[in-house]
Amino acid sequence: MKNSLLLIVLLAFPLQAEVYNINQLKLDNYLGKVVYLDFWASWCKPCNQSFPWMNELVARYPAESFTVVTINLDQETEEMHSFLAKVSADFDIYHDPSGHIAEQFGIEVMPTSYLIDTDGKVVKKHLGFYTIQIGQYEKEIESLL
Amino acid sequence: MNVLLRSLVLLSVLAAIGCSSLGVKPWERNILARDEMLIDADPLDLAIDEHIYFSKEASSGGQGFAGGGCGCN
Repeated sequence: MKNSLLLIVLLAFPLQAEVYNINQLKLDNYLGKVVYLDFWASWCKPCNQSFPWMNELVARYPAESFTVVTINLDQETEEMHSFLAKVSADFDIYHDPSGHIAEQFGIEVMPTSYLIDTDGKVVKKHLGFYTIQIGQYEKEIESLL
Repeated sequence: MNVLLRSLVLLSVLAAIGCSSLGVKPWERNILARDEMLIDADPLDLAIDEHIYFSKEASSGGQGFAGGGCGCN
């Protein structure tokens, strides 16, 4: 009885944030979708602010045409997990504590996000996250959808 | 003489590359971003300093989120 109840609860509330290792990231898998690629860390306050907005995007736009992929650059894995315990994330998170991928992308500021079109081309790069510019960000996303 | 020259060259090369990676990368600032790392504990002091720097040097900013230590935005 308890087991079936547990099963029902688990099915009713799908798992939200999945944290993967950065080695598992294959951006090619997202070709054909508009991708919002965000680099964040738990200690970065603007990143904290961007999470509710990114969750909203995931809820608003259909999963077949739009997705949010984030790369976490926390050097302390524990800090990332305690952050995720407090803030919900409805998108995939790839953890890169070494910072190699950030190096490759040439990240200059935290947070940085890239808007990638359906062909896998980077269309826009956002340095930092400003709540006042959310309208602008959404316009850019909608122009690609 | 040759040994001296060679060791001098080696030393200067080492000195030159020693500072090749100064500073922290933007994603390595987790400790700098802590509240304890603020330059001043009192927000009023910080505001006054900010105003002084702006008036004297026409410089501003760097005091934002998490004391600017995180280098965000």
